[in-house]
Amino acid sequence: MLTNAIIYGFVNSVILMLVALGFNITFGISGIANFAYGALYIMGALACWVFFNSIGLPYFFAVILAVALTAIAGALMYRFVLLRIRGLVLSEVIATFGIGLALLEFFKYIGFIGFQYSLPVFIDASINIGRVVIDLQRILIVIIGTSMAAFLWFFTHYTRTGLRFRGIAQDERTALSLGINTDRVAMLSVSFGGAYAAIAAIFILPLGTINVEQGYSVLINALAVCIVGGLGSTGGLVLASFLIGYGQTFTVTYLESHWVMLVPLIAILVILVIRPSGLFGEQKQLEERI
Amino acid sequence: MQKRKERVDRGIKARSNDVFALSSWREMLYLAAPRLLPIVGLLLLSVVLSYYWQRVLLSVSVFALLAISWDILAQSGMVSLGQALFFGTGAYLAGNMNHYFGWPPYLTIPLATIFGGVLCTLFLIPVLRLRGIYFSMVTLVLPLMLVRIIEATRIFGGTEGFSGLDPLPNKWVEMYLIITVLLTALFGLRRLMNSDYGLVLKGINDNDRSVMNAGINIYWFKIQALFIASALGAFAGAFMTHVYMFVGMPVFALDYSILPIAAAVVGGIGTLAGSMLGAFILVPLSEILRGLGGLRIVFYGLFLVVFTVAIPGGIFHYIQRKYHQFERWVEVE
Repeated sequence: MLTNAIIYGFVNSVILMLVALGFNITFGISGIANFAYGALYIMGALACWVFFNSIGLPYFFAVILAVALTAIAGALMYRFVLLRIRGLVLSEVIATFGIGLALLEFFKYIGFIGFQYSLPVFIDASINIGRVVIDLQRILIVIIGTSMAAFLWFFTHYTRTGLRFRGIAQDERTALSLGINTDRVAMLSVSFGGAYAAIAAIFILPLGTINVEQGYSVLINALAVCIVGGLGSTGGLVLASFLIGYGQTFTVTYLESHWVMLVPLIAILVILVIRPSGLFGEQKQLEERI
Repeated sequence: MQKRKERVDRGIKARSNDVFALSSWREMLYLAAPRLLPIVGLLLLSVVLSYYWQRVLLSVSVFALLAISWDILAQSGMVSLGQALFFGTGAYLAGNMNHYFGWPPYLTIPLATIFGGVLCTLFLIPVLRLRGIYFSMVTLVLPLMLVRIIEATRIFGGTEGFSGLDPLPNKWVEMYLIITVLLTALFGLRRLMNSDYGLVLKGINDNDRSVMNAGINIYWFKIQALFIASALGAFAGAFMTHVYMFVGMPVFALDYSILPIAAAVVGGIGTLAGSMLGAFILVPLSEILRGLGGLRIVFYGLFLVVFTVAIPGGIFHYIQRKYHQFERWVEVE
């Protein structure tokens, strides 16, 4: 039971990390808290489902198209809505929340509810680690999760666009004076967040069905991981997702599955009491929060 | 030749604002009309409407209270995405007191208001140190979580809730109770926000560091603002419990979080009256659109986006401007 919990806890942690990465990119770079994140996540999965089942594209192309579509949706959201209210935190929160709500409820309204809305697993097989049986989809998630995090790190450290990302994250005005088009970079950051959401959804959702309600819980999980880790810090994000992920798995194993929902909230409360800036948050972030 | 639009205060505004001796009925009316309008309007509506629309007026007033409570929080620098927490806590407190102890509504409603306010404040005290979106995140999570706890532990009636609770004596008591509370909250809190006390709260929103520098304990002020807002929300919840004679998990539904925000945004943030106006536009609208079912929430979402982007001040600020100022085109020099 313990090894089982450890292995599945690991998978769960990587899932949380994958989910939170996209939210974290957008917030870390452009300072926009994208409350439409859960909607983009569901939109990615549904787009993939439509391309694969209704239009009948090969799965590989369906995935690529769905990710591209979600990224474009993020960019459009920035261009037509967020650009006009940039810097007004209250308006940003309300507008992105409104978009997310409208999208999710619209999906619900046009009837994407039911068991038929599930994505196929990539490889339908399972292997044994010791005495624990684990399916290959979960292993794939671990691989994708770690490689996405690694890709993000290399991207922001060794490519021109990535360096621009970090530039506007550090100081937007200085970046502007050095000839970086901050609006375009911020737009890219939102669309990157969307793409990450879609990728996460396409790899994670084959484990269950596409349930529109998950849009809300995904958002909550992403928020919890980001608050605990310290917003914008990738190292903190990884550590926080492991803390919460293992916390959730042990709760399911040793207590009851109803209490899982409480784990992120308790983690938030504890971290606020001990280290209000988050695990890896720095002094600057501390000032912003308190 | 280029022209620009110039806005100038109306003469009557200048006269009636600063000179304390009002010299004509017209000036008195100018000052009194905006204040009398909601009072007379509500009293008239309560009489002339049909039974169905009287029920709608009840829920409009409840949402207006929630929107006012949201506005108070927003003006003190706390953006809440979970008004349902206040509403639900009040509703469950009243429901429990009535169900287990058999206390009558005139006891449960005031008690639920006060203890609901205290309870919600206690819930949120640990996160009061957070600002901006961090606070919003936590308020978004809390009501969703409470629903899960009730579902999991089956306390307070579990998924079924309590039904058959005591109603209020008759529909006129219901109507005038909520109207009185709404008007008192509107005018009282507007007055409060214009006093020095309200200035401190607004200061916390604008720049909390400088308020701290002035030697003011901002957390204590935030706690007080939170108590005012959550007590209002709890009252709305307790009232609705006795109107519907039912309390259950739907009281934590997303509707009670979203509609107040939408109302405040549509009406205009920062005036309280704007939030109320927003509720009086949105709730009847959603009643008319009832046939659309789930699509209504889509419209609320779109309203939020359109109004924050296109009309950031909201309707009330627009009306206020037209009332106090006139516009003319002048040449650009």
